[in-house]
Amino acid sequence: MGLILVVMENGASGFTDASRELLGKARELTKHQDGQVMAVGFGPQSEKALRRLAVDRVICADSALLASYNPAAYEACLDQIIKANAPCITLIANTTLGIDLGAGVASRCNLPLIAYCTDLQINGNKITATSQIFAGKAVAEIRIPDSGAIVTVLPGVWNADTDVGDPDFETWPVDTPQMMEVLKVIEPETGDVDITKADILVSVGRGIESPENLPLAEDLATSMGGVVSCSRPVVDAGWLPKARQVGKSGQTVKPKLYLALGISGAPEHLQGMRDADLIIAVNTDENASIMDVAHYGTTVDMLELMPALAQRLRGE
Amino acid sequence: MRIAVLLKSVPDLIEDIPIDEESGEILYDEMSYIPSEWDDQALEEALLIKEESGAEVTAITVDTGESDTMLFTALAKGADHGVKLVGDFDPSLPNRQRAHIFSQYLGPQSFDLVLSGVQAIDDIDGQIPGLVAGILGWPHASVVTEVRAHDNRVIFRQEYAGGLVAEIKVSTPAVIGVQAARKPPRYASIAKVRQIAKSSQLEEVEMSIQEVPSLEILRFYKPIASGHAEMIDGDVDEAVDRIIEILQEHNLMRG
Ligand SMILES: Cc1cc2nc3c(=O)[nH]c(=O)nc-3n(C[C@H](O)[C@H](O)[C@H](O)COP(=O)(O)OP(=O)(O)OC[C@H]3O[C@@H](n4cnc5c(N)ncnc54)[C@H](O)[C@@H]3O)c2cc1C
Ligand SMILES: Nc1ncnc2c1ncn2[C@@H]1O[C@H](COP(=O)(O)O)[C@@H](O)[C@H]1O
Repeated sequence: MGLILVVMENGASGFTDASRELLGKARELTKHQDGQVMAVGFGPQSEKALRRLAVDRVICADSALLASYNPAAYEACLDQIIKANAPCITLIANTTLGIDLGAGVASRCNLPLIAYCTDLQINGNKITATSQIFAGKAVAEIRIPDSGAIVTVLPGVWNADTDVGDPDFETWPVDTPQMMEVLKVIEPETGDVDITKADILVSVGRGIESPENLPLAEDLATSMGGVVSCSRPVVDAGWLPKARQVGKSGQTVKPKLYLALGISGAPEHLQGMRDADLIIAVNTDENASIMDVAHYGTTVDMLELMPALAQRLRGE
Repeated sequence: MRIAVLLKSVPDLIEDIPIDEESGEILYDEMSYIPSEWDDQALEEALLIKEESGAEVTAITVDTGESDTMLFTALAKGADHGVKLVGDFDPSLPNRQRAHIFSQYLGPQSFDLVLSGVQAIDDIDGQIPGLVAGILGWPHASVVTEVRAHDNRVIFRQEYAGGLVAEIKVSTPAVIGVQAARKPPRYASIAKVRQIAKSSQLEEVEMSIQEVPSLEILRFYKPIASGHAEMIDGDVDEAVDRIIEILQEHNLMRG
C-alpha cells in the first residue's frame, strides 16, 4: 500500500470530529501494510493542529484565501495536492465539504469516487469499501482499484482520533484563480426552544402531511412535557423553524425519549438522533429504516395516535 | 441568463429494493421509478430565478426509461425547453456515465448556470453536480438552499452542519447542487402535463457511452441491522396502552 491522504475539515474549535474519524481508520489500514498517512489542512489556522496529528506527513495549504471554506478554492487546491502525491486512497468526510470536494476532485483527477462509505477493510492485499445506497436500504461492497480512489465517508462510523504525533510538515503554495468569494457567514437562528436541551422530543416527519396537523403534535408534546422537533422536509416546507430540525444539517439530539412520528429514518436524519436513550417510532411502513434504530415501533397512523395518546396522558 | 436543470429518476423507496441474493445484483427492471426529489428542488429554484429576474430554463435528462413525463412536467411547471439525451441507456447506468453524457451535451452550449439535486438516493459513485463541474472545469458548490442571479452575478447560500450558512458569490458558468429551494416545489396537474405533452416538443439528442472510471462492485446486500424495534401490535388504542406502559417503565410520565 502507498499513501492514504486524509482531508481535515476546520470546525468551530479545531478539526471536526468527522475528519478526525478518518485519521484513525487511515492509520489502522496502513499499520500492517507498510503505508503512510498524510493529512492536509486548509488555512493558516490549521497549522498548529496539523503539526500535532499522529500521522506521517502533513500539508498545510496556508493561504488566507482558504481561512474560511471556499468550495472552488479548496477544490482547486486539493486537486493539485492529489495529482502531486498520487495517494491510493483519499478520505473526505461526507459533510458539505465532502459532497462538494469528493465528486469535484474525483472527476478532475479522473479517479473513481466511492460515496457514502461506511467501512473500509483489508482483504488479503486488497481493500474493500462498504457503502450505503437507497437511503440506507441497501449496502454495496466495492473493491478499491489499484489506480486509487476518492472515498467520502459518512460521519460517525469510526471513532475520532485524538492521538498526538510529530509529523513531517510541508506548506503548500496556493495558486488558484479566485472564482468564488465568501460574502458572509450567517449563524443559525436560535429559535424559541432549544431542542438539544429537551428530555422529550415529539418529532414529526413528512407523515404529518400538512401544517394543519401540527397542533396535534404540539398538543401531544405539551401533554408529555416535551417539545416538537422535526425532520428536514418539514422545515423545507416552511412548516416549522430551522431550529427544530434534527439531523445532519440540523441539530444533534440525545433526549430521554425520541418519539419519531412519520419519519422514515434516512441516514441524514439518524445521524442526529440515533443516540437517544429511548426511541419509539410510529410509521405505517413496517420496513421503514427508523425501525432498525427504534426500541419500540408501531405501524398505526400517526394522525390518529397523536390525539389518542394526548387524551390518555391528560387523563381524559 | 440561461439555466440548465439536470434531472434523473430514481427507484421508488416505497417498494422493497429487489436484490438477487446469489449474484448480489440489483434487479433494476423490477423497480418503479420516480423523479429524484432533490432535482425537483433544483427545478423549483430555477423557476424562481426565472420569475424573479428573467431566465431561460432548460430541463435535461439522460433517457434511461420513461423520461417524457418528467420533462413534460418540467415544461408544465414553467421550464422553456425539455431535452432528452438518448442512447443505449438503461436505469443501471452509473452516475459517472450520466455525468459525462450531461457534460458532453453542456460543454458546447452557452449555459450560465447548471442546477441539479444535491444528491440522489442511488448515486454511490458520486453526485451529479460535482462530477459535471469537475468534468467541465467549472466552479461548483453543493448543499445550497438559495440561488439569486442578477445580470450574470450569481449569489447562493450554502449550508453546513448545525444550520450554519455562508453566502457566496460565484462567477459564471457555474454548477450548483440544490438541497432545498426557497419555496416548496410547485405542483403541475396531470391534466396540464397531458396538455403540454400534446402541444410541445422535446428535443432529442443522440449520445454515446464513454470510457469513464467505474466502480468494481462485488455485491449489493440488505443491511444487517444491529437491532430492530420491538413491534407493538394492535390498533391505536392498544398502541396507546403500550406506549403509556413504556413511558411508566422509563419514568417518563409527568407528575
Ligand atoms: C446534505 C443533506 C442533509 C440532510 N440533512 C437532513 C437533516 O438534518 N434532517 C433530516 O431529517 N433530513 C435531512 N436530509 C434529508 C433526508 O435525506 C431525508 O430526505 C429526510 O430525512 C426524510 O424526511 P422524512 O423521514 O420526514 O420523510 P420521508 O422519507 O418521506 O418519510 C415519511 C415517512 O412517514 C411515514 N408515514 C406517512 N404517513 C404516515 C402516517 N399517517 N402515520 C405514520 N407514518 C406515516 C411513511 O411511511 C414514511 O416512512 C438531508 C439530506 C441531504 C442531502
Ligand atoms: N423514468 C425512468 N427512469 C429510469 N428507469 C425507468 C423510468 N421509467 C421506467 N423505468 C424502468 O426502466 C426499465 C426499462 O425501461 P424501457 O426499456 O423503457 O421499458 C423498466 O423496467 C422501467 O421500470
